[in-house]
Amino acid sequence: MTEIRQRLLRNAIGPMVPLTAVLLALIIGAFMVLAFGGDPIEGYRAMFSGAFGGWDELSETTLRATPLLLVGVGICIAFRSSVINIGGEGQIIAGALLCTTIVLVLPDLPRPVLLPLALLGGAVGGAFWGWMPGMLKAYAAVNEILSTIMLNIVAGYLMQFLLLGPMKDRQSEELGDIAQTERLSENAKLPTLLEGTQFNLGIVVAVLAAIVGFVLLWRTSLGFEMRAVGGNQIAAQYAGMRVKRNIVLALTFSGMMSGLAGAVLVLSSTAHRLSVESGPSGFTQLAGFNGIVAALFGALHPLWTIPASFLFGGLLVGAFALQRAVQVATPLVVALSGLVVVFVVSSESIVTRAREWAERVSQIAKGGSSSGNEPSTPLGATDPGSPRAPDSASEPESTQTPETSSETIVT
Amino acid sequence: MPANSLQSQSQPESQSESPSPPSPYLLEMRGITKQFPGVLANDRVDFNVKAGEVHTLLGENGAGKSTLMNVLYGLHQPDEGEVRMNGEQLSISSPSDAIARGIGMVHQHFMLVPTLTVTENVALGLKSDRRPLTDLPTVEKRITELSQAYGLQVDPNAYVWQLAVGERQRVEILKALYREVSLLVLDEPTAVLTPQEVEELIAVLRQLATDGRGLVFISHKLHEVMSVSDRITVLRDGHVSGETTPAETSREQLAQMMVGRPVKLVPDKPEVDVGEVKLVIKDLEVEGDRGNLAVNGISLEVLAGEIFGLAGVSGNGQRELAQAIAGLREAKSGTVSIDGTDVTNAHPSSVRKAGLSYVPEERMRDGVVSGFSVSENMMLLSRRESEFARFGFMRFGAIKEHSSNLVDRFAVKTPNIDTPTRNLSGGNIQKLILARELSSSPKVILAAQPTRGVDIGAAEYINEQLAKQKANGCATLLVSEDLDEVLALADRIGVIYEGRLMDVIDAKTATPHQLGLLMAGVAKAA
Ligand SMILES: Nc1ncnc2c1ncn2[C@@H]1O[C@H](COP(=O)(O)OP(=O)(O)OP(=O)(O)O)[C@@H](O)[C@H]1O
Ligand SMILES: [Mg+2]
Repeated sequence: MTEIRQRLLRNAIGPMVPLTAVLLALIIGAFMVLAFGGDPIEGYRAMFSGAFGGWDELSETTLRATPLLLVGVGICIAFRSSVINIGGEGQIIAGALLCTTIVLVLPDLPRPVLLPLALLGGAVGGAFWGWMPGMLKAYAAVNEILSTIMLNIVAGYLMQFLLLGPMKDRQSEELGDIAQTERLSENAKLPTLLEGTQFNLGIVVAVLAAIVGFVLLWRTSLGFEMRAVGGNQIAAQYAGMRVKRNIVLALTFSGMMSGLAGAVLVLSSTAHRLSVESGPSGFTQLAGFNGIVAALFGALHPLWTIPASFLFGGLLVGAFALQRAVQVATPLVVALSGLVVVFVVSSESIVTRAREWAERVSQIAKGGSSSGNEPSTPLGATDPGSPRAPDSASEPESTQTPETSSETIVT
Repeated sequence: MPANSLQSQSQPESQSESPSPPSPYLLEMRGITKQFPGVLANDRVDFNVKAGEVHTLLGENGAGKSTLMNVLYGLHQPDEGEVRMNGEQLSISSPSDAIARGIGMVHQHFMLVPTLTVTENVALGLKSDRRPLTDLPTVEKRITELSQAYGLQVDPNAYVWQLAVGERQRVEILKALYREVSLLVLDEPTAVLTPQEVEELIAVLRQLATDGRGLVFISHKLHEVMSVSDRITVLRDGHVSGETTPAETSREQLAQMMVGRPVKLVPDKPEVDVGEVKLVIKDLEVEGDRGNLAVNGISLEVLAGEIFGLAGVSGNGQRELAQAIAGLREAKSGTVSIDGTDVTNAHPSSVRKAGLSYVPEERMRDGVVSGFSVSENMMLLSRRESEFARFGFMRFGAIKEHSSNLVDRFAVKTPNIDTPTRNLSGGNIQKLILARELSSSPKVILAAQPTRGVDIGAAEYINEQLAKQKANGCATLLVSEDLDEVLALADRIGVIYEGRLMDVIDAKTATPHQLGLLMAGVAKAA
């Protein structure tokens, strides 16, 4: 009985950690809203109903969560293999570009052919954009953090160039230099799931991708190798694994997921075209970075990343409702999501610290009274099945955890 | 009233010389209990150390020795019990508390930063007098003084990654001495040392004790324990199973106290008819980390059904040789072939496929993924075998059965097969690796120090397993510095010195004296 209770408790700790982090961020956010002269209660109520309050809001949140989830799954794969992929943005764009090209070239294919083909194009484009830094890391020892960031920039300019040049919308030429394609073939539109809402097939694709990611990492020999390489490269090599190939694969799979996100973004956009009016991040919605947060939020576990993406997506959507409701400046909203990021990313160490503190307090309490026994609950233990970041927290001298390295970059 | 809760280990000098409680003990640990998920690692352990003595903690792998010392060092919080230094109760919540109280520790797995120099490692975490700037010259001077005073030779400006294990350990000891500890804990310090280094270390420990420090010594090697200790406490399954002194006991008796049954300290050596050549090394040259020629033209052959012992003081090219065989280090010239397949400079996976099993010397770094479960680490080699994977998917039923089976057969002490490997005790990780490597039906076994760090019961079992593989027609290259082990197991013994094979001798005629001379580089008399 107690055995089961402890197990449940231990498994519940996983998701509790980031939730607490969000709560903390919101509390601090409340003070910020107060300082701006707003009513935080009213603001948060607006925020919640803006994200989850009705079908429209829910579908808006889902739309937002879909690319986060796809990128997040890719991040899980990369980080579990100890490869830090900061190139989600570029991979989204690469995927979107290839997907769009396919649709532009073959607009008349029937939907059951064109749609899968377009999605495949997205996956391939992203995979290629991940494969490049993978090869650079494996065979030329180029740090993947640097190369993926650089490739984000390359992808951004490539998109601008293509959308103003070869892929430019000829119909609206007289409107001036708008970087966008023409409206895409109707056959390439992601079908809506529920009549009258914006729910579309994208979220199904994303959830499937999360399942595939989970199966890959924890059910296949390939995923086993990737995690082994992530856990201890030297031991993996001693055991006869091809470390370099695994690194390339991890980044390729990771890029593939982001590329899929790019395809979904294009094929489900309201304008149904690829356009970058307000710069590349206007198109990606920064999902390439926010997906990292979603993945960390989901403890680098593809399945936990599903609810994590919804929560984080809801937060992003709701923040604008909050802004409208309490009339605070836009930067506050950005600051709020920034706070959430910081708290989520550092939650692991906060929790470790809190646990140590609690242990110390109970120690002192025990020292005072008699033996108030009952062994302290083994919160520190991480069930191998339960989603936790690899090799982090419990090891005081773990050199580099994915958390710390991404902290500085997601802003 | 200090003494009443202690066991009656009445020492003549414990009658109080001065009135109120100046405790006779430098360190007292009372009723220490520590529970890990599924394991009671320490069960009301009483342990104490007097100033000026070496007190040995002895026990099987997983008996709770490291746990007890980690509690002392503030790395674990005990569930119950108290720690006193000089009679004063302490609450130690972190290593820095422990250091502040004069407790130093040399861990089973070293805690140095490889990319820093010796001096920087020693200075790490200390407040310099020139804060916020560092004051490395002063530190360096003091290191030199200390290393001269205690005969702990080490170059203060060398980078730690360049150092051999023995040197790294000296750095760890210097680090503690630099912090002026009054109590020094050494968790299996000799496991990584050459026989000469062990003797030097024992001399250092005696000197440190004579200077009035208290020392805790942990080892699985009974002759060391007998020679260095003033007192011995035996732990078994987390509780104290006895306390004694070298004068009152014998190695056999200690073994019995640890394991609970008589142990064969010298293994049987079965007579096996040797077969064809399985491992051929020809004119092999391999570069070391510092660009030197670590392996300088070695040729040897190992036959099926034979154990070839490669004896030598560590650092004479054994590691590079082993890595070159396994495909982990480039061979500059020469060839390696396994069971007729040329594997010179082949990828490790091809070498494995050709039939090599490899028990690496540095297991924590090279042998396991510490974040993986026991079962996952058991699968590190056979991850793609049809028995455990079909169409690329792992077959968990078979994996579970296989892992549990190995855990049972090799007596790996773990709560269950899903436990993260980093939670296992050092010796049990070693057993896990051996279980994995020996169960993969190898043609050639390359075993570097296979019994280092395992308790005597496990060593007995490992030796049996190596003998069994030999009977199965496996060719074994046993790399070891432990002459007793080499003499007991090997059929032929080669001695390596400065990257060359000094001589190959039949084990039946070899004597420790002869081998010792060869290991020291003294050429054969004939
Ligand atoms: N952090 C931990 N979490 C869970 N269990 C642990 C942890 N550390 C140790 N244990 C368990 O506690 C027991 C005692 O381990 P300990 O490391 O103290 O053994 P030891 O006597 O030092 O053995 P060895 O000679 O092999 O080093 C083992 O069964 C081990 O699996
Ligand atoms: Mg130990």
